[in-house]
Amino acid sequence: MSKYSEKASGRAHDPLPADDLILQVSDLHVYYGSIQALHGVSLEVRKGELVSICGVNGAGKSTVLKAISGVLKPKSGSVRFKGMDVTGKKPEQLHKLGMALVPEGRDIFPSLTVEENLRIGAFGRYDAKRFAADLEDFFTLFPILKERYNQAGGLLSGGEQQMLAIARGLISHPDLLMMDEPSLGLSPNRVDQIFDLIVELKSRGITILLVEQNAERALKIADRAYLFSNGKVEFAGRPGDMTDRVDITSIYLGGHEGGDAE
Amino acid sequence: MSGHVLLEFAINVLSMGSLYALIALGLVFVFGICKLINFAYGEFITVSTYVLYFLGTFTDLPWPLVFLIGILSGVAIGFLSELTAFRPFRGRSLDALLVTSFAISVILQRIFQLGISPRSKAVPYPAFFNMNIELFGVVTPLRNILMIGTTAVLLIVLVIVMNHTTLGVAMRGASENFVTARLMGVPANLVISVAFIISGFLAGVVAIFWSARTGSVEPLMGSSPLLIGFIAVVIGGMHSLPGAVLGGYVYAFIANVLSLTLPTSVLSYRDAVMFVIVIAFLVLKPEGIMRGNYQEERVG
Repeated sequence: MSKYSEKASGRAHDPLPADDLILQVSDLHVYYGSIQALHGVSLEVRKGELVSICGVNGAGKSTVLKAISGVLKPKSGSVRFKGMDVTGKKPEQLHKLGMALVPEGRDIFPSLTVEENLRIGAFGRYDAKRFAADLEDFFTLFPILKERYNQAGGLLSGGEQQMLAIARGLISHPDLLMMDEPSLGLSPNRVDQIFDLIVELKSRGITILLVEQNAERALKIADRAYLFSNGKVEFAGRPGDMTDRVDITSIYLGGHEGGDAE
Repeated sequence: MSGHVLLEFAINVLSMGSLYALIALGLVFVFGICKLINFAYGEFITVSTYVLYFLGTFTDLPWPLVFLIGILSGVAIGFLSELTAFRPFRGRSLDALLVTSFAISVILQRIFQLGISPRSKAVPYPAFFNMNIELFGVVTPLRNILMIGTTAVLLIVLVIVMNHTTLGVAMRGASENFVTARLMGVPANLVISVAFIISGFLAGVVAIFWSARTGSVEPLMGSSPLLIGFIAVVIGGMHSLPGAVLGGYVYAFIANVLSLTLPTSVLSYRDAVMFVIVIAFLVLKPEGIMRGNYQEERVG
């Protein structure tokens, strides 16, 4: 609360205390070479929120995560994280400030053991005591990681790798956990498990920005959502408002993932 | 008698293989992290050898100190070349880095030629280094035994560092997926600098034993160890540190077998036969003996 006074200036339009604002992306333009991938994207995430970004392939969902986490440099626009302007900072700097990304395709380190994968996740924020306590916690959240603790990450199944990737993101105690398509390529059972887990993380107060192609599932658990289309935010609001609108559901959500409805 | 031949063969393979393994490791450390084949690596070795030459010839420093400074000069040239030459081009294409490594190589060679001498200089060594010792009836120079021992110690240290320190684990992760490692907080500059420092350190150790064998230093001497390093890496695998070590020993084994078995009339073509073997590896097993884990994880 005491920090509030530092942030009071300059953003009169902001309805909530600035302390609550973990991430604020404003008018982001990102290019791959000469091809523009994001056309002025703005979004925000508040403390404790679960925000979903949905949209079809190529809508710019992953691109915005890459730009936020420092993998891609935006051509214009800004990213503010916990009140600081972090536009153009390196991925390792952003990690140190408290961002964590669970990358698309999981990207665990295949020849490193589960333990070593987790250890890298805590790089720069490593504390032996906290690491040990976290492990205890993870082993109840992800029992499979205990079983496989000394196995190479590449030997795990896709779902297990996803658990590892999420644990690797959590172990740095991030202020913002970003997940890129965590359900991609998993069996329906595993998809259920992953979404249950995300709900559990949210209930623990972790702030989550979730990119998902599986809009139906993602909207069900989100506090707020952004709908991306062709590199722009097409719709922003409560998931309920979104699913009520027939035009949106038919065009952008498309029902293409309808097979795994509960 | 045959027992002696076998022991002599083993000592030759192990000492030569140890040297080659260190050369290959120095290449693979940098390749693993940066995906860069560093053509200036041979000149790192030359720099260290010149330092040994100058200190050994013009000073009275004790030998351990001479060797230490020689090794540190390898570390310095590795670190500085990364800082001044490679880092500015890092975001560019791999081709740009490759050309940069050629440039460093040529610039250093010219500096040696113009600033020191185009001719070879004798590198002095302490007498004990080339002293012959008898081991179970086999006579061999002490440096061979030192080479094997030094390599064993270095490999043990490297295994501990790479497997049991956070930095070592991070470097292995970064060599598998550099971007993801950065996303996990591993600083790019740190791991790349450390890779060049280790590479330079190994070049410094190699310089001691390489020039002890040849007894001299000259501006273009770096190309031979570089070539040996390439061959060892092709055999063992470019993407794996254990592979590089194995490649060094396998290379030495093949070379020694060829020396023993080829008829004298063909012996001068030993290197040509060696290259045929390398080509066979490139055609039949291009990933080397140990493949390493540089590709995507399995989809499941």
